[in-house]
Amino acid sequence: MVTQIVRDADRTGTGRTGINLTGARSVSGDVLEVTGLGVEYVTDGDPVRACAEVTFTLRRGEILGVAGESGSGKSTLITALTRLQRPPAVTTAGSIVFHPRDGGPAVDLVAASPKELRALRWTSLSIVLQSAMDALNPVMRLGAQFADALRTHDRSLSRDAAWARAAELLATVGISGDRVRSYPHELSGGMRQRASIALALACRPELVVMDEPTTAVDVVMQRQILAQVLRLRRELGFAVVFVTHDLSLLLELADRIAIMYAGRVVELGTADEIYDDPRHPYTRGLRDSFPPLRAPLRRLTGIPGTPPDLRRPPSGCPFHPRCALRFEGCDTHLPELVDAGGHAVACRLYDAADGGMADVGLPARTADGTEGRAERRIEDGIERRAEHRTEGGAR
Amino acid sequence: MTTTPAPSAPGTPAPDAPVLEAVDVTKHFTVRSAVGTRSVVRAVEGATLSLPRGRVVALVGESGSGKTTLARLLAGFYAPTSGEIRLEGVPVRQRRGRVERGHHRDVQLVFQDPFGSLNPLHRVRHNIERPLRLHHGVRGKAELDRRVRELLERVALTPVEQFVDKFPHELSGGQRQRVVIARALAVEPKVLLGDEPISMLDVSIRLEMLNLLDRLRTEDGLALLYITHDIASARYLCDDIVVMYAGEMVEGGPKEHVIADPQHPYTRLLVESSPDPGRGARDREALFDADADSLGEPPSLIDPPAGCRFHPRCPFAMDVCRTQAPERINLGDGRWARCWLHQEGRAGELARPGAGVEPVAPGALAEPAAAPTATRTTQETQ
Ligand SMILES: Nc1ncnc2c1ncn2[C@@H]1O[C@H](COP(=O)(O)OP(=O)(O)OP(=O)(O)O)[C@@H](O)[C@H]1O
Ligand code: SF4
Ligand code: SF4
Ligand SMILES: [Mg+2]
Repeated sequence: MVTQIVRDADRTGTGRTGINLTGARSVSGDVLEVTGLGVEYVTDGDPVRACAEVTFTLRRGEILGVAGESGSGKSTLITALTRLQRPPAVTTAGSIVFHPRDGGPAVDLVAASPKELRALRWTSLSIVLQSAMDALNPVMRLGAQFADALRTHDRSLSRDAAWARAAELLATVGISGDRVRSYPHELSGGMRQRASIALALACRPELVVMDEPTTAVDVVMQRQILAQVLRLRRELGFAVVFVTHDLSLLLELADRIAIMYAGRVVELGTADEIYDDPRHPYTRGLRDSFPPLRAPLRRLTGIPGTPPDLRRPPSGCPFHPRCALRFEGCDTHLPELVDAGGHAVACRLYDAADGGMADVGLPARTADGTEGRAERRIEDGIERRAEHRTEGGAR
Repeated sequence: MTTTPAPSAPGTPAPDAPVLEAVDVTKHFTVRSAVGTRSVVRAVEGATLSLPRGRVVALVGESGSGKTTLARLLAGFYAPTSGEIRLEGVPVRQRRGRVERGHHRDVQLVFQDPFGSLNPLHRVRHNIERPLRLHHGVRGKAELDRRVRELLERVALTPVEQFVDKFPHELSGGQRQRVVIARALAVEPKVLLGDEPISMLDVSIRLEMLNLLDRLRTEDGLALLYITHDIASARYLCDDIVVMYAGEMVEGGPKEHVIADPQHPYTRLLVESSPDPGRGARDREALFDADADSLGEPPSLIDPPAGCRFHPRCPFAMDVCRTQAPERINLGDGRWARCWLHQEGRAGELARPGAGVEPVAPGALAEPAAAPTATRTTQETQ
């Protein structure tokens, strides 16, 4: 089914599985280290590789955006990170190492027991989903749900004190405290979503993962919710993994952005790098799929073709059937995510071993922000290849 | 590379007479609650809109603001409670809530959900042949074949052989939506109403769909209504924007004016809230400013606020706003707004330099967005 996949030759230097993609920061500055994570849906037919070799590090207090199209594995990643995944999803490889703020021992969430995981839930790690109805219990008053969460964290807390705290927490997301007595269905969609964010933050976790938290609400409400998340982050210092298909939103919100395609992280960089200097052809196409609101208009084309079926992923680079820059070997060689000064990309154009242009190694931007010379070579290289392909009539 | 998809400059001579118009159209629905009490949902109130040939009008607003109801009124699926729908100047007659079939030939509605709108039991070919037979009496296999092929080519479902004998479930969302558009075109309509036609499609293929709609406008001269909550995509495709809030139209005009220099507080809120990929993370703190808190939510349409429906959320609300609905004020250059600020001489307060509303880029507009002067008119119906 899959033509032979030739693994890249071993390389020295950065980018191998397990290398900290954030560069030289000490581990204590990181809250989560995900290494080589693989998740499959195992059903009757071929397994669906919904996440493959996902590797990234989350710094304390940062917002990491994860963008990708429908079916690219974003939700699968979120449920894997929080260990809320259910069969038929199976974690087939990798580790998710959590570093507690108090300097306690690091925990690999993949290997952790249900008991260990329960101890971390709410207090260290919590989740916000697209539909607040999935997170809130429809037959419990809001106050009771908050009280439950708060009292797992602090058993000495009285019922009354917990309800009072719940009212305070609702107020932090702009919901009046007397709503503690409401049932979820008595709130508007936007309020429910804010309530579920307040609940996720109730026990002051270090890490909150959010899966399309504002996709179901209108833009005005979205802006309000995100403003509140940013304000609370400033006050409480939690880190966020924020998943959405809306790259334009992440460009404004996230510190760094990971682009997912076919279950893989194909590029990871700061929001500015992803916008100003996207390297992976898919990232460029995705960025150019969002027309600007104010900048001059030009014709945009999106990306031809459709995202792959993960039951039968393309051989080699999973993007090759849609890639305008593909070249010799892209349909057989799977590029790995290679880091260069914090900006990582999985594309053979940047890979010397694959005949890409990066024989000098991927240059970081120089300290003053000007382009490195080698970087320009890569840009030239991409252009040359594009020309070459059209001239050669390679299609 | 530098051609904008909508090269029409605002201020060009008045386009030809509208193909389809809504004139002061209102739609109320009577709903009955579980306990039997009746209430009236005021879904659309006094809406006036005209769709000229070869132009795209975008209708933007939040969910529940009445966009879909207005589209269904225009398409003849609902009868207005009051007011009139006119097709080429002639009022569309309704009998027992139904319009003559001719209206559906001229006005086609494309829905958000490409799954729901094709017959899943039939192949692409059959789905497209049906309107050809029904509306144009096309018979004969060869002729049907030729027309189906032509239509699929127009929506870029090529090579045709690869798609024509597929069932809808064998196509991707974007391909399915193109079949839906091909089917709408089979009828040879004069007007295409797209109700969130791309919002369920994958991000990377939305642009193809917008470019296709753009071609239908420029090459076929269709009149297009593009309904969306995504202002950036509206700007990409349309010529004019109309903004709806809580069942009412609050502002309209050439797109660059409306986006760069909103003349209604709600439009300003909507534009400022919309993500802009070009804005960049650097401005984040300013963007997610504290005043984004507690802006409230759109009102119920069963018991909408008196006066201006936006007043409970409006930072400029005055006494008059709470009791009297503002009239539509023409502001020149094809712009209009419905807000008391214009009659109270306070329109200048709407400008917010540095708060995300930047001057329009050179080239996008022929002249600088001059501060519009309010000219008082009575309710106008173009
Ligand atoms: N329960 C399941 N059983 C089998 N396959 C599944 C299951 N859930 C998801 N998948 C498959 O896994 C892949 C990744 O799905 P996932 O939901 O993670 O994508 P996503 O990026 O979150 O998409 P979206 O933007 O639509 O939410 C898809 O191919 C999907 O069809
Ligand atoms: S590896 Fe090849 S096919 Fe894949 S994105 Fe890079 S150039 Fe395109
Ligand atoms: S009429 Fe009054 S309340 Fe309504 S938008 Fe204008 S200023 Fe605000
Ligand atoms: Mg998802």
